[in-house]
Amino acid sequence: MKVNLKVWRQKNNNTAGKLVEYGLDNISPDMSFLEMIDVLNAELIRKGDEPVAFDHDCREGICGMCSMYINGRAHGPQTGATTCQLHMRSFNDGDTIVVEPWRARAFPVIKDLMVDRTAFDRVVQSGGYVSVNTGSAPDANEIAIPRTIADEAMDAAQCIGCGACVAACKNASAMLFVAAKVSHMAVLPQGQAERKIRAERMVAQMDAEGFGACSFTGACSVECPKSISLDHIARMNREYLGAKLTSENV
Amino acid sequence: MSWVTQTLSSSLGRKVIMSLTGLFLSTFLVVHMAGNLQLFKGDGGRAFNEYTYFMTHNPVIMTVSYLLYTSILVHALMALVLTRHNQASRPVDYAYKRPEANSAWSSRNMGILGTVLLIFIVLHMRTFWYEMHFGTVPMAEYDGKQYKDLYKVVEAAFSQWWYVVIYVLSMVALGYHLVHGFQSGFQTMGIRHKKYTPLIEALGTYVFAILIPALFAAMPIYIFLKTNNIIG
Amino acid sequence: MELESKIPAGPLAEKWTRHKFGLKLVNPANKRKYEIIVVGTGLAGASAAASLAELGYSVKAFCFQDSPRRAHSIAAQGGINAAKNYQNDGDSVFRLFYDTIKGGDYRAREGNVHRLAEVSVSIIDQCVAQGVPFAREYGGLLANRSFGGAQVSRTFYARGQTGQQLLLGAYSALSRQVANGKVKLFTRTEMLDLVVEDGKARGIITRNLVTGKIESHSAHAVLLCTGGYGNVFYLSTNAMGSNVTAAWRAHKHGALFANPCFTQIHPTCIPVKGDYQSKLTLMSESLRNDGRVWVPKRKEDSEKIRKGQMKPTDLKEEDRDYFLERRYPSFGNLVPRDVASRNAKTVCDEGRGVSKTGLAVYLDFADAIKRDGQKTIEAKYGNLFEMYEKIVDDNPYEMPMMIYPAVHYTMGGLWVDYNLMTTIPGLYALGEANFSDHGANRLGASALMQGLADGYFVIPYTVGDYLATIGSADKLPVDAPAFKQAEARIQDQIKQLLSINGTTPVDEYHRKLGLIMWDYCGMSRTAEGLTKAKGMIQQLKKEFWSNVKVTGDGEEMNQTLEAAGRVADFIELGELMVDDALNRNESCGGHFREEYSTEDGEAKRDDENYAYVAAWGYGGLNQPSVLHKEELVFENVKLTQRSYK
Repeated sequence: MKVNLKVWRQKNNNTAGKLVEYGLDNISPDMSFLEMIDVLNAELIRKGDEPVAFDHDCREGICGMCSMYINGRAHGPQTGATTCQLHMRSFNDGDTIVVEPWRARAFPVIKDLMVDRTAFDRVVQSGGYVSVNTGSAPDANEIAIPRTIADEAMDAAQCIGCGACVAACKNASAMLFVAAKVSHMAVLPQGQAERKIRAERMVAQMDAEGFGACSFTGACSVECPKSISLDHIARMNREYLGAKLTSENV
Repeated sequence: MSWVTQTLSSSLGRKVIMSLTGLFLSTFLVVHMAGNLQLFKGDGGRAFNEYTYFMTHNPVIMTVSYLLYTSILVHALMALVLTRHNQASRPVDYAYKRPEANSAWSSRNMGILGTVLLIFIVLHMRTFWYEMHFGTVPMAEYDGKQYKDLYKVVEAAFSQWWYVVIYVLSMVALGYHLVHGFQSGFQTMGIRHKKYTPLIEALGTYVFAILIPALFAAMPIYIFLKTNNIIG
Repeated sequence: MELESKIPAGPLAEKWTRHKFGLKLVNPANKRKYEIIVVGTGLAGASAAASLAELGYSVKAFCFQDSPRRAHSIAAQGGINAAKNYQNDGDSVFRLFYDTIKGGDYRAREGNVHRLAEVSVSIIDQCVAQGVPFAREYGGLLANRSFGGAQVSRTFYARGQTGQQLLLGAYSALSRQVANGKVKLFTRTEMLDLVVEDGKARGIITRNLVTGKIESHSAHAVLLCTGGYGNVFYLSTNAMGSNVTAAWRAHKHGALFANPCFTQIHPTCIPVKGDYQSKLTLMSESLRNDGRVWVPKRKEDSEKIRKGQMKPTDLKEEDRDYFLERRYPSFGNLVPRDVASRNAKTVCDEGRGVSKTGLAVYLDFADAIKRDGQKTIEAKYGNLFEMYEKIVDDNPYEMPMMIYPAVHYTMGGLWVDYNLMTTIPGLYALGEANFSDHGANRLGASALMQGLADGYFVIPYTVGDYLATIGSADKLPVDAPAFKQAEARIQDQIKQLLSINGTTPVDEYHRKLGLIMWDYCGMSRTAEGLTKAKGMIQQLKKEFWSNVKVTGDGEEMNQTLEAAGRVADFIELGELMVDDALNRNESCGGHFREEYSTEDGEAKRDDENYAYVAAWGYGGLNQPSVLHKEELVFENVKLTQRSYK
């Protein structure tokens, strides 16, 4: 099949970027989207042009590295999948495909389709953990955790940190990402000791990074490769308000 | 008290303010609508005027009304603050986006809907509230007691077709605003539960987004039809 | 060189305890004076960096990805083994030790493996305490599943995303130390060289992948937690970025590389579709519990299927060859990974493979669905079936799945002693980057165990012994000549790569290398093929250095340049793997030499002559590598030929 690509090209964060058109023939519908970009890059290299820079690593939908805004949607037209899990059979012969990087103040463009998502790391550093040193843990079966709670925690914990929620949100809000971590720890007994301070700190860091507020449009959850539920955002709101009203931190 | 300002200036805190004021305004709608149902009574406006008198003279109601005005202002101003913040969170927009694929139109356009409603409220208050308080309103007498005849003012306003159109359109905007806003208010407060959320959603959709705006819209239509002698 | 494994004396079960007592300690107040570099932030790296920082050391952690959380440990699906015996089914530390040694076809060290089994129990405790949401029973206690190569249920899991959850646990511990200021994190930073002076590891040279800046980092010790080298095959289940560069460059400075030819080929992967294929996807081993593996009995039927003239479901039962069930009646479809993989290759080589390329066999759930109902199968494997459908666009509930083996894990790696130290003092290798625990074949759910064992529970003890020995003053400043020279060397190499300006993109060389490795040093090997491969690799190397095309420049984000450096190292490693495979005149685990097989085609070990670790020293540019042997001593297990008939 043939495709007509419009790809965002930007040399680095200090220069302006623009959409550049490329035509590709002989694309197999069985190719993954990233393999199609590989083909484009091989052509560009042969011509002596610079290939398109993009983030990708595991190419099986779990590392969270790939991050393309394809035809107006985070990770493209498929739901519940990452860019690397998207295949060319989702497009028609002759389609024009617009590929842009994630857009958010907190995710500055590094080059072409590659953005800096270290804001997420800093949010986790602000409190997304249980403070337990290696070696000091009690026996794993000492605390019984009801299966429903473990499942609920896992639903939240499976976030891959790709940033599609931010990319899809009209406000570039990181609520779903932050909520997934707060929620994962809030429901588990292990997370109780730092429950309040965690919610307070993580929300403060999220704001400091320049993400927008939540308008509850639900776009994040729809575009999330792991379909993480909005329930977790409600839980974080609850955790945060509860913490603010009752914690000892003035 | 730094924690209070800290909380209220956080993105979550700001949303809480939106939620609290918004939900309060929603409850006001119920009261306002219930009272205004007197318009349908067909008694020449007596019940309506008596209700108006009560509403403008009861000290509790008057206190609440100031809370109401404040809520409208805070809700609008905070929306402005949030919108600016949200826009700043994405300084470079996408060249091509398809938001309709992942979210409802109303949820993405609360600002526009809210602006429409704000303009409507100003117009609405100019027409009735301002006239009632500062304008010249004809008087009516029931059982020897003098009442301001607001009903006459209502009749005068709604006898004009374009005025009715504005009202009806505004009520459509209200419906869209509430279909998202009502349940979103609960979400912001963290009130979400498998058992109760469907109830909140149903309430928000059928009562607040459909029934209430529909009844409100029915009032100008009813008066219009009546004053223009289309119905008896 | 005399290879000293430093396995402590004494009874097997007491070795680690005794050894720990014998190790020197660093005073708590002095720990902050020591700097430790950790390269890689997967399970081994993140757990090591976090644990060392908790102890008080000053740690610098490096990863080439944009976040430590992306390391490829994240992709592990199935689970992590631990000898908890929560199921009361007869598990014990010794049984886990025994299964691992046997599963590795008796090519691993007893001491190391027993230690691994011992600390496995603490790993689960640690991870649960961090909030890892392992699967639970209704009563709230931890659930287990069974895995290949074991007769007990000892695998802990978090749905099909165990690696992800364990890595996020380690990442959260690491993040906490970053917040505490004890770990300095360098993301999008690649290690390009090791600095050695006075025979000790002194630090590393890195390239900032965003700015292209070459930088020196000095430390008292360097930990390589850089994963395996499966991407030497180009197509593997490894992540695109997984590479051997850090380990290989350390090797060039004197770190021996052990058993490089021990590669694990996983039988259940989604087959290759076309030349454009960039990577392979694993389907969990657990599928073989219910799926039946088959190909058509007759070549003609296979041909018809390949051409699309016939559907597999049209083929009559008597025309199908359930080859694993036929050849291994007692284990059937559940034979170990290496056996299942080899048999799939054999039937495809006979021309009986299915799919357009002819390189696939069926994994059929029709019987299981008939027996248990679609609901049950869906509950067990629903997400895997979904994943398959996403990639292949075929419904596995109706059409049998197509699978083919793919490179998955590398048991070989940098040679380390019992302390995980390489042959360069001060340089350590942890996790898949070292060679130590899996012998010639790794059992399922053991990779996660080893990565975390090394990082959480071994290195925090053993690195202190070295640091206490050298003292905190024994560190080189970054402006020392050794660092400056190394920086210049790397700059030169980058310049060289950029100046070749040939015609062929890097990926093409990588793909060619992969094909050579897969054809001659893959699932089965012969002396003849390996000799041929060696020549081909040498030729490829020449072509690479004369005709590769690297665009852009060095002072910016340049993914082509990154890839070029990595592929250059893979080519050199490929040659060493071939050497190692040629040297090992026996078949064991993942290493199958056709000449050394039983009459019915099974692997034949030679314990007499090859019960050793082959540790290779770098011989210099275009010089042969030098073989050093570490004899393996088995005092606690009896060496037997594996049989799954």
